Amino acid sequence: MTLEEIRSRLEAFVPGCHAEIVVNGSPSAQNSLLIDRQHGLQAAMYLRDHPELQLDFCSNVTAVDWPDREKAEKIKTKRIVDGVEKEVEETKKTTIPGYLEVVYHLFSIAKKEGPVVLRMHTANRTDEVTLQSLTPVWRSAEFQEREAFDLFGIVFEGHPDLRRILMWEGFTDHPMRKDYVPPPDDDLEILAVSEPGA
Amino acid sequence: MLGEGIVKGLAETARNFLGSFIEKDRLVTVQYPEERLPVVEAARMFPFLIYDGVDQEEGLRCVACQICEKECPPQCIHIEKSKDKKPDFIGKQQFYPAVFDIDVSVCMSCQICVEVCPFDAIRMDNEFELSTDDRFAGLLWPKEKLAMPNEHYLAIHPTEATEVEARRAEEKAQAEAKKASQPAAVAK
Amino acid sequence: MTQALPSEAEQDQVMEISMGPQHPSTHGVFRMDIRLDGERVLRLKPVIGYLHRNHEKIAEAASYLAAIPYTDRLDYLCSMTNNWGYALAVEKLAGLTVPERAEYIRVIVSELTRLQNHASVVGFLLQDMGASGTPLMYAFREREKVMDLFESLSGARMMCNYMRFGGVRVDCSAEWLSQAAKVVAGFNGFLDEFERLLTGNEILMARTQGVGVLPRELAINAGVTGPGLRASGVNYDLRKVDSYGVYGRFEFRVPLGEHGDVYDRYMMRVLEMRESLRILEQALRDIPSGPFMDPKARLRGLRPKVGEAYARIESPKGELGFYLISDGSPNPYRYRVRPPSLINLTVLEDMCLGQSIADVVVILGSIDIVLGEVDR
Ligand code: SF4
Ligand code: SF4
Repeated sequence: MTLEEIRSRLEAFVPGCHAEIVVNGSPSAQNSLLIDRQHGLQAAMYLRDHPELQLDFCSNVTAVDWPDREKAEKIKTKRIVDGVEKEVEETKKTTIPGYLEVVYHLFSIAKKEGPVVLRMHTANRTDEVTLQSLTPVWRSAEFQEREAFDLFGIVFEGHPDLRRILMWEGFTDHPMRKDYVPPPDDDLEILAVSEPGA
Repeated sequence: MLGEGIVKGLAETARNFLGSFIEKDRLVTVQYPEERLPVVEAARMFPFLIYDGVDQEEGLRCVACQICEKECPPQCIHIEKSKDKKPDFIGKQQFYPAVFDIDVSVCMSCQICVEVCPFDAIRMDNEFELSTDDRFAGLLWPKEKLAMPNEHYLAIHPTEATEVEARRAEEKAQAEAKKASQPAAVAK
Repeated sequence: MTQALPSEAEQDQVMEISMGPQHPSTHGVFRMDIRLDGERVLRLKPVIGYLHRNHEKIAEAASYLAAIPYTDRLDYLCSMTNNWGYALAVEKLAGLTVPERAEYIRVIVSELTRLQNHASVVGFLLQDMGASGTPLMYAFREREKVMDLFESLSGARMMCNYMRFGGVRVDCSAEWLSQAAKVVAGFNGFLDEFERLLTGNEILMARTQGVGVLPRELAINAGVTGPGLRASGVNYDLRKVDSYGVYGRFEFRVPLGEHGDVYDRYMMRVLEMRESLRILEQALRDIPSGPFMDPKARLRGLRPKVGEAYARIESPKGELGFYLISDGSPNPYRYRVRPPSLINLTVLEDMCLGQSIADVVVILGSIDIVLGEVDR
């Protein structure tokens, strides 16, 4: 089944679901499906249980951080300079709000096909970072979603055991975000100070 | 029969144990450091800088282009470019590294620096007994410690080094031929 | 004499123990929070992250080339296959091709990696069962020969850093190939010896058969890959399914288990070694001459087009995937490793529930994890 067919079926059979094809420009040509936030779980169930797709194996789950971007646009405006109307070029900066994205790579063991790439976006990067967990559909997402929660700060609703996995309990930041600033290296300083003669 | 598998297994260990007295294949332990295996030609430990001739400063091939510094994955090379220039092996004026340090406590012996160096100036040494009691200064190797004569390179990586030698000789010959054919240009 | 039933207070005695991170059977720094009723496991939660160094972040800050030596350090027993997985992902992303000879060399070194990995895993598994040393040392004796081959090819025994996008770093000599052929020819004898030593052993069977059963459906749903999945009877080997590289040209079978217990996982490894030997024999026989690098490929300053790629290979541990997003700059925007060791751990609790604590060690050993890859 082509991605376009999958997309139209998803929209037809999962009520309210909105799916969009994201074109991948690299030679790998692995295009992906962007699913809206509210229907991730239902769409995943559909993909797994559809007899022609049988995407029973969720191989890779990961997140990507897309921070706020600034887009500079040059626009021409008319303005009165020294009493004469002139056309002036101005750069207008618009901020494209950032978001966090999760990516699922699905394969079918039964049909030996794949990958079908699913993506979902959070509303923003700060306070609305909740997405539906797909662990109830594929257990293999369990640790990987925990990792995305830990390193990116995406909250997965419906995850059975959402705790930090690689960083320790009590750590507050999310190291894989692009704007993460590591704390000063305290350990090294202690080492240097405690070294006799240093 | 219960226990048959165990008996078979024990026969196997016995064969190995007794066999180790007669077969060389079964006795694989080498009593390092008294006994040593030969070091293979490809072996790599930490990088060194090659110099030609006898004088370290003069013969150093490195032109401080800092490509290796940029490409080194753990960023353990530190180079400071010189202000003045000195002639290289074909007589071209080139910069040289005023400072060239490698922090071998960070270096992971990956050989990326060797691969990216366009001047055949840095190669991997195979010396591995490098323990030191000073874990700061003793593991930050300056240019003086890194510099090794070309003969060392020829001795430890003979196949590769002879190829490099041949290539450099050719380059030199070409450069000299060019110089000879354009006396006017040089005079200018 | 009638035995007194345990009182209610005694029945309620549940113990919480923390196994690891410094425990000889955890194969590194790995901890399990276990709740026990006597010796029976009631709950088991793996705790990881002790070896976490954020490999992904490091690679995102480095150039495409500079990430290769870091991949060596993921699953440090199998640096060759890690290199291949990453190289394959970059090749997909940048649209590079690999010359025939390089493909064959890649197959040869990867199958050698599989041999030495499986040999040591079986050795460690036996070590975990209490067969201190002997099988492990036999395995290591054989592994040593493979490492010697790697050293004379790439310069390093474990951190090979050998593959490049569009080929391999150096060509292998005819002498190296004949040496490899010798090692391969000798390996069958070792496997025979190993099987005489172990496969029929009653203690081994008692400790492994019916222990840590992983049902087929759960294995698929939990994303278990590699020998663990095939031991549960699922015919899924990426060398067959994706036929990446030149695997499509070789004749080999995919061994399958029936019960999905520890014994099957042990047998999978032994049988896979035999199949690897078959692949090696064919590859060493058929290797063509020619270039070993794509002439288009550049070492430095690779800037793939904007886009993404996911590539996966059958590493000895399971499906090793690399997911890369390029934004057109010299370093990847997103670099992700899909670590088979970590995902295979998902089912550790399911396999251990109701088993005794001594079996936990064996079950963990049969999953075959390397903490460098679990924690990254
Ligand atoms: S061997 Fe690798 S880590 Fe060491 S200096 Fe060279 S590039 Fe850096
Ligand atoms: S060693 Fe080579 S790459 Fe490094 S600065 Fe010197 S000439 Fe340049």
